[in-house]
Amino acid sequence: MSIRKYIRERFFPHMWCPGCGHGIILNAMLHAIDRIGISKNEIVMVSGIGCSSRISGYVDFHTLHTIHGRALAFATGVKLSRPELNLIVPMGDGDALAIGGNHFIHAARRNIDITAIVMNNRIYGMTGGQYSPLSGEGILATTAPYRNIDQGFDIVQLATAAGASFVARSTTYHVQQLTDIIEKAIRHRGFSVVEVMSQCPTYFGRKNKEGGPVEMMKLMKDKTVPKDSKAAEDHPELVPRGIFVDKALPEYCDQYARVIETAQKGR
Amino acid sequence: MTSGRIKFIQGNEVCVEAALYAGLNFFAGYPITPSTEIAEHLAVRLPQIGGKFIQMEDEIASICAIIGASLTGNKVMTATSGPGFSLMQEALGYAVMAEIPSVIVDVQRGGPSTGLPTHVSQGDVNQARWGTHGDHAIICLTASNHPDVFTMTVEAFNMAETYRTPVILLFDEVVGHMREKVVLPEPGDIPIVERLRTSVKEGVDYHPYLPREDGRLPMSDFGGVHRYNVTGLVHDMWGFPSNSPQVAHGLLRHLVDKIQNNVHEIARYKTFETDDADCILVSYGSSARSALHVVENRRRRGEKLGLLELQTLWPFPHHIVRSICSKAEYVVVVEMNMGQVTEQVKLAVGSEKKVFLANRIDGVFINPTDIRNILRLIQGKGV
Repeated sequence: MSIRKYIRERFFPHMWCPGCGHGIILNAMLHAIDRIGISKNEIVMVSGIGCSSRISGYVDFHTLHTIHGRALAFATGVKLSRPELNLIVPMGDGDALAIGGNHFIHAARRNIDITAIVMNNRIYGMTGGQYSPLSGEGILATTAPYRNIDQGFDIVQLATAAGASFVARSTTYHVQQLTDIIEKAIRHRGFSVVEVMSQCPTYFGRKNKEGGPVEMMKLMKDKTVPKDSKAAEDHPELVPRGIFVDKALPEYCDQYARVIETAQKGR
Repeated sequence: MTSGRIKFIQGNEVCVEAALYAGLNFFAGYPITPSTEIAEHLAVRLPQIGGKFIQMEDEIASICAIIGASLTGNKVMTATSGPGFSLMQEALGYAVMAEIPSVIVDVQRGGPSTGLPTHVSQGDVNQARWGTHGDHAIICLTASNHPDVFTMTVEAFNMAETYRTPVILLFDEVVGHMREKVVLPEPGDIPIVERLRTSVKEGVDYHPYLPREDGRLPMSDFGGVHRYNVTGLVHDMWGFPSNSPQVAHGLLRHLVDKIQNNVHEIARYKTFETDDADCILVSYGSSARSALHVVENRRRRGEKLGLLELQTLWPFPHHIVRSICSKAEYVVVVEMNMGQVTEQVKLAVGSEKKVFLANRIDGVFINPTDIRNILRLIQGKGV
């Protein structure tokens, strides 16, 4: 197991429920990091609060488990102060886009070189199954007992509109694609967003009669299509996955290095 | 002394000069009156020395960014005023819990809410103490004039490193915006406390939250050779979350004791003519300027007035107030709020009846005439 060296075995077993998709994302992330071959000392993982955010405790990097919604703001401080470090920020959907929505769009706007991984299970799992801004209309949750009336965000469109220079979507079912995408996202210089559709059998699946983890993962296979494919064209109701944005834009820390040059010239 | 170090500048600029003197190299902030000049000047100055300035999307993001930057080994600061300070409270608690050296400046204005954005107040004294949730201790310093703004700002950075804690600099609109002469100290005039870093070698277990015998916790920079976890959850010596009652109890005691047990070392104050005073004015921040004027004026007329100017507000130096005010017949606290320090002075003096409040809460700077009028009332002379 090449990725075992990245794990803090002392802190296992982890606290995720049986069948949770987050372990698959951890696995894909560590394989991606292993492929790139970045030294553990050069990785800082910053997370917020929620099931997803506990991921930082289990990995042998510099890890910063912060407060709800603010992981990207902490990460911005780490990155700008030490631009040579690699910043990976796993977040839940509520963490990233409800309480943390403002930091999300502003990190994207700055195009600061941080890899944001949104572990989207469409529910607040840690607090027991409340609807999130990704639940979408018609979903049942403990706080939507008569079905949810809130529209959901489309993370890909939101990140693209906010200026992220790398935007992708995959699922816990498509773990090979997911690993490839996370690898590209980490290698990308600029703000990268990877939405990973993940399953929460305990709260989302049970409440919405989607079955157990296997059924939920099969649903992700059936309800998503590779972007720009014939299947995507024929079935616009299906969720496209793949890389949506991958472009070179000025990166924030590089830009600030130029600010420093300008400021020092004037002296 | 070179003449270039003599300045006639705003208090906010003095704070900037002192922060740079103390080694500040990372600032994140959000515009808010009356603190904005601190951000504006640092936007100019920090890149000149290779430091970093960033204007974040709000005050929450600002304090989070400085906490992140502190972990990579930088001296960090943010500056705000009441509404922004309210927004920062959750992350301030995080810095307390995770023991992150950082300096938070609150240039106070009238509140609550948007209140009086361009007018003076000292209404955030208790917010500085109890704004974040949960039991904790905090260090909060203040100043009434520009030389002291400089000293207290440097002290704030020093205490942040010494005690591994956020330190609040509680200035007010008058001190922040007033211009007066200040002679900037030469490098070396004021000692600077640098970060205590671990001597544990690479490959050897480093425990980020295992205090040394002297109670201090050496740090290791993020990006260095020791990889560890930092969390706002109750955590063990590894920085890993724990629900153990012993761990929770030990951590909370540590966080409170490291500051409360050093209240003598942290106390900063000044006295003027207090030795034989019948009446002692207790004040801090800009209101102490008016109180000092009254004391000087009355002394010339033979009246035995004295002034105790507090520069450390938290942990509150009850022992100092008690010993200095013990012989006075009465004590008058001069402040621009409804009596936030007055309550502490009553506790310290132990006799509510001899402690009075001389205040203004209307956004207008309390002047010597205001204090004189209140003194006359207290003395039963009428206005």
